[in-house]
Amino acid sequence: MLTISGLTKRYGSKNAVGDLALTNVDLTVPKGQLMALIGPSGAGKSTLIRCVNRLVEPTEGRIALDGVAVTGTGATALRRARRRMGMIFQEYALIERLTVMENVLSGRLGYVSFFAAWARRFPRADVAEAFRLLDRVGMRGMEDKRADELSGGQRQRVGICRALIQNPALLLVDEPTASLDPKTSRQIMRLLVELCAERNLAAIVNIHDVALAQMFVPRIVGLRAGRVVFDGPPEGLTPETLTAIYGEEDWTATIRALEDDDG
Amino acid sequence: MAIWACWLVTVLALVQCWNILNENTIWDFVYDAPAQAGDLIGRMFPPRWSVLPSLWQPLWDTVNMATLGTLLGVVIGVPVAFLAARNTTPSVLLARPLALTAIVSSRSINALIWALLLVTVLGPGVLAGIIAIGLRSIGFVGKLLYEAIEEVDTKQVEAIEATGASGPQRLIYAIVPQIMPAFAGIAVYRWDINIRESAVLGLVGAGGIGLQLNASVSRLAWPEVTVIFAAILVTVFLSEWVSAQVRKRII
Repeated sequence: MLTISGLTKRYGSKNAVGDLALTNVDLTVPKGQLMALIGPSGAGKSTLIRCVNRLVEPTEGRIALDGVAVTGTGATALRRARRRMGMIFQEYALIERLTVMENVLSGRLGYVSFFAAWARRFPRADVAEAFRLLDRVGMRGMEDKRADELSGGQRQRVGICRALIQNPALLLVDEPTASLDPKTSRQIMRLLVELCAERNLAAIVNIHDVALAQMFVPRIVGLRAGRVVFDGPPEGLTPETLTAIYGEEDWTATIRALEDDDG
Repeated sequence: MAIWACWLVTVLALVQCWNILNENTIWDFVYDAPAQAGDLIGRMFPPRWSVLPSLWQPLWDTVNMATLGTLLGVVIGVPVAFLAARNTTPSVLLARPLALTAIVSSRSINALIWALLLVTVLGPGVLAGIIAIGLRSIGFVGKLLYEAIEEVDTKQVEAIEATGASGPQRLIYAIVPQIMPAFAGIAVYRWDINIRESAVLGLVGAGGIGLQLNASVSRLAWPEVTVIFAAILVTVFLSEWVSAQVRKRII
């Protein structure tokens, strides 16, 4: 279970009030829960998930995963905590010149020595697990391809494998579908939902596409200007709540699209 | 009005420059320069091809000097680059300025000057040449490589960091693969330059084909000089070809 309490992030100097990216955010994500984080650009979605694994250093607040503190720890403890959190990126962030297999195995770097990483000598069990995961996401036989030869959907599948091979308790997913076409987006979201269910994984998914979030995710948190303004099931997203999150706009089309999909 | 003042100053400066140039030139020498050049070329032909067999050894020395010097420059230049790059340096306040100073001092002194100093210290020979080439190459490799390191895609580094990888692991897994093409290009290009530079280093006593050239010029053996020029030209051609091939393969 992930607990975030009183999380505040202020960019720049301590006194600049205008640079508040997050203000006093409290969130709890139970084990196995898939949570979507929606909100306009600049609302702090990306900052929030980067604070969880401290790629961005929080200004104030406490974060703990399964009771183990993530904030206020030293470098070694932080690396241990990061091993338990897999991260998936919008632009995939694969190492372009390395093979699919090397990219997947990079998820084990937190568990192996420097020399093992340098010589690419990963434990047998890790390699076997990498093959299993690639097979699971439909990438069998692709392990020797270089990452820059893959399509967007394939790259994101490799990114998912890299996160899962860490054996995480939590997935941090930053706009997983923003660079993909609508069909691939749905496939990737479905895959994420299935994998989280199989492994009883909690996940925070930043997502722009409200309809996609409503379709796949049981809990939605709306962020506006660094504050949580909505927290509930997808059915709770009415024109009023969407206005509260994004501002004034005609929301009927967005909601109708969802109802059409359901029917 | 201001424009006319500028023109006036420019013209005055030009006239003054011409005066200084005029004072320092012995025009009698310049007038018969075409005749002198023609005479020199006449004495260079026909080339004395019989000296060619005695050139193979110094040519080989020259190539080795360039290759070992490049190796030395790469071995020292690569760590210096990592110390100098803003995103990999262990300390912005200490290591980075030191590395940048090393790069600048290496770059600001020509290999010929390094060789001149080293021949005085180490005595004449190939060793002085190798070290001179190496010292000059550190700055070249260091500067171009640290710029490449600073331009890596930070997203990829972030992704590796997020797995719980340590700092050194991030370096070899996320940064090194990204700079490999740049590194190969830089090393081969510098080797190519070094072949040309090491051909000259013999002029100050650092061994290789330049030493031979110097000897022939001092004996006024112009037909031999022609052969040496031809040998250098062919060697440089070959090195250009080799480096082009290597670059094509690696990148």
